[in-house]
Amino acid sequence: MAATERTPATAESLAPPAGLAAGPQPLRIALIGNPNSGKTSLFNQLTGLNQKVGNFPGVTVDRKSGFAQLTPAQRAEIVDLPGTYSLYPKSLDEKVITDLLYDRAAGNYPDFVVVTVDANNLRRSLLLFTQLGDLGLPAVLALNMMDVAERHGIRIDLPALERELGVPIIPMNARKGIGVAALKIVMAQRLDAAPERFWEPDEALLPLVRQIRYYFDLHNDYLALHYAQQYRHIGFLSADDKAYLQELTHKYEFDATARQAAETIARYGRINDILLETVTVTRTETREPISNRIDKVLTHRIGGYLIFLSILFLLFQAIFAWAQYPMDWIDQGIAALSATIQDNFDGPLVRLLTEGVLAGLGGVLIFIPQIALLFGFLAVLEETGYMARVTFLMDKLMRPFGLSGKSVVPMISGLACAVPAIMGARTIESWKDRMITIFVTPLMSCSARIPVYTVLVALVVPDQAAWGIFNLRGVTLMGLYLLGLFSALGSAWALKIVLKARERSYFIMEFPVYQWPRWKNVGLTIYQKVQAFVMQAGKVIVAISVLLWVLATYGPGQKQETAEAQVRQQVPAQGWNEEETSRRVASARLENSYAGSFGRALEPAIRPLGYDWKIGIALLTSFAAREVFVGTISTIYSVGQDADMGTLQDKLRAEKDANGQPFFTPARAFSLLVFYVFAMQCMSTLAVTYRETKSWKWPMAQLVYMTGLAYVAALAVYQMLA
Amino acid sequence: MAFFRNSSPLVAAGVAARRTAKDLRLGESGTICCLEDPEMALKLLEMGCVPGVQVRLSGRAPLGDPLMLVLGDQEYTLSVRASEAATILLKE
Repeated sequence: MAATERTPATAESLAPPAGLAAGPQPLRIALIGNPNSGKTSLFNQLTGLNQKVGNFPGVTVDRKSGFAQLTPAQRAEIVDLPGTYSLYPKSLDEKVITDLLYDRAAGNYPDFVVVTVDANNLRRSLLLFTQLGDLGLPAVLALNMMDVAERHGIRIDLPALERELGVPIIPMNARKGIGVAALKIVMAQRLDAAPERFWEPDEALLPLVRQIRYYFDLHNDYLALHYAQQYRHIGFLSADDKAYLQELTHKYEFDATARQAAETIARYGRINDILLETVTVTRTETREPISNRIDKVLTHRIGGYLIFLSILFLLFQAIFAWAQYPMDWIDQGIAALSATIQDNFDGPLVRLLTEGVLAGLGGVLIFIPQIALLFGFLAVLEETGYMARVTFLMDKLMRPFGLSGKSVVPMISGLACAVPAIMGARTIESWKDRMITIFVTPLMSCSARIPVYTVLVALVVPDQAAWGIFNLRGVTLMGLYLLGLFSALGSAWALKIVLKARERSYFIMEFPVYQWPRWKNVGLTIYQKVQAFVMQAGKVIVAISVLLWVLATYGPGQKQETAEAQVRQQVPAQGWNEEETSRRVASARLENSYAGSFGRALEPAIRPLGYDWKIGIALLTSFAAREVFVGTISTIYSVGQDADMGTLQDKLRAEKDANGQPFFTPARAFSLLVFYVFAMQCMSTLAVTYRETKSWKWPMAQLVYMTGLAYVAALAVYQMLA
Repeated sequence: MAFFRNSSPLVAAGVAARRTAKDLRLGESGTICCLEDPEMALKLLEMGCVPGVQVRLSGRAPLGDPLMLVLGDQEYTLSVRASEAATILLKE
C-alpha cells in the first residue's frame, strides 16, 4: 500500500462529483470487524456508489475505499478492511490490516476506526475490539444486527457497555440503514483514543517490549509486543529491523504461540466480566434456529450435492440461454450501426471507425450480459451464505487433489474471471493449498472464453435437441467446461505430488447465518464488475482492434499493390465476375499486409493444428486477453468485405479455404476450442499470479504448462478429426 | 498456560483416553477443557473455542468430514475438519 502524503490536493483528486461541499480536510476512517458482521453493508450505506476499488475486480481486493459526506461540512474517506477475527493475521488478506494499523507515520494511517460488532456474537467480536483499543486507536463501535439480537432475547445495557469500553456505541441495523445517520454524526466528531486498557503485557515481557518500543520509537507497549510477535510479516520493516527483532526475541526466549494464546484467554476473561455486567440473555426461542434447519437440507448427504449441481446448472442455463437475447441485440445493433455508417460515408477514417473501433467495441459490449449475470449469480451465492456451505460440502472431495474446500470458491469464481478468483485464494491459509489453487484456477473456463466457445460451437454444432431435453450446443458447451474442470483437478493432483508440503492446512471457518441477499450489494457488485470490465478489458480490446486494423490494411513497401496487380492480371483468363475479383483482391491485400506477414511467419508452427495465418493473427492477439479473439477475427474478416455482411457468424461461414470449401470445418473448430480451453492467454492473469506469489516462477510455469497442454491437445484433436 | 498438552503435565497423563469434539455423537454437547495443538489453538481461540465453552456437534458433511460445531449459548456454527476437532479436548 503506497504511503500517499496527506494533502488536500490528493484528497481532491479522489473527490466525488463536484457540488458536494468540500469543507475541512476529510477524515480518514478505517472500517474493521469480524467476517459476517455487516461491515460491507455498512460500507455501502456510508459511501453508496461513491466507491473506488483497487486495481482489479474481486470480492477481496487490496483496498476498497469511498467517500462519505458525514455532515454538510465534513467529508470522510472510508477504507473497508478485510474481515478478521483478531490482529494476529493468519491469511494474506488479513495482513493488509496490520500493515495499515502498525505504521503510525504512514500517510494513510486512519484518524480512527469504526469497529462493526455483531450484537449476537458480542464476546467473540469484542476480542478484536479490545486489541484495537489497546493499540491506542480511537474507535467507534457500530453495534450491528440489533434487531436479530432483540429477537433472540439478548438485552444489552448500552450506557453501561459504553462506560466499560470507553468509546461511543451506535446500535444499528446496517442492512436496513438504521443507525447510519447517528453513526455519521458521531464520526464527524474528532475522537480521542479510548482511555480504557483491556490487557497489558506481563511484567516478564516488559524488558523486551520496552527495548523494542525505544528502538522503533513506538507510542505504546502493546504495539511493541506485536512487533515482537509478527516482525516476519510486517511489510514496512527493513531486513536489518527484522534481524534486530529476531535477535532480541531469541535473547529473551520469546514464545510467540504460547504468549498469544495466553493473551487471547486473558482477553476473553476480561470480556466475560464486562458482558456479565452489561448483557442479559433470556432465551425466547427453544426451537432450532432457522439457519440450522436450512442447513439440514442444504448440506444433506445426497440432497446437498443435488442442490449444488442444480444451482450450477441454473448458472450455465442463465449464461448460455438467457444471456443470448441481449447479446443478439448488441451484436445486431453494432452490425446495423456499422452498415449505416458505411452506406453513408466513405474514406479511410470511416473504415477505421467501422472495421477497427466498432468491430472491437462490439467484441467488448457483447460480453456485458454474461458478465453481469455471472457476477450477479456469484454475488447472490456469497450474500446468502451459501458459498460457505459449498466449501463445507466439497472439502473432503477436494482433498485428494491437494485442494481444500476453500479452493472451491476461487475455482467457481474462475468461471467468471481468473483475476479476482486468484486474489480470492488469499483466504486459504495453507501455502501449498493456495499455490495449487492459484496454479489451476486459470484452467477453469472463464467468461472471456465464452464468446470464443459460443461463436465456434454455433458454427459447427447444429442447433438441435439431444436426448430429448438438452440442446446439442448447450451439451457441447457443458463438455468444454467439464474439460476445463477435469484438467484443473488433474493438474492439481500432479502438483500436489511435485510440491513438498511445508505447512498444514486449516479448515476452521464460521458459517454465516442464512439471509436474503441485499439486492443493493448485488447490484453494486454487478455494476463494479461490468464497469471494470468495460474500462480495463475494453481499453485493451479497442486499442488492439485499432492497431490490428492498421496492420491488416497497410503493408510493407509495394507488396500489397504488387499482389493486387497480379490478381487483376488473372481476371480475363479466369473469367471472374466483379464480386469474385474484389474478394480475391481483398484477400491478397490482407495476406501481404503487416498482419498477414506476422501470421505467415507463425503458420508453420500452427499448421499441424489446422490453423492458417488468419487464425495465427488471432492467436497472437489473444495472448493479450482471450476475448480479443472474437474482435480480431471480426476485424480481419471485415477488412475488405461488404459491411452488410452482417454478423460475425455470417462472416465466418463465408470464409473459404484454398479449394473454395468452408474453412471452419468441425476438425478446425474443435481444435481451436480445445486450444482455448487449455491455453494461458491472459496477461492480466499472469500479472496477478506474479503479484500474489511474488515470484515469476509461478506465472511462467502457468504459461508454459497450459500453452504446452493446449498445443498437444489441439494437435491430437485436429489429427483425429481431420 | 494449562491448556496445552505439552505444557501441562496434568493433561499429558492418559491423553489417549480423553474425549475430543470429534468423538461427540450427533446432537451431543460437551464442554471444552483444553486445546491440544498450540498452533491450531490460536485459530480456535480466536473463533471462540475457549476452555469452558459448550460445543455441540450439529452435523457432518455428507462424506463424514468436516464437522459442524455449534458453540456456546450464542449459537454460532463453526465448520472444522475431524482432524481439527480432535485437538479440542472435552471435560469428563
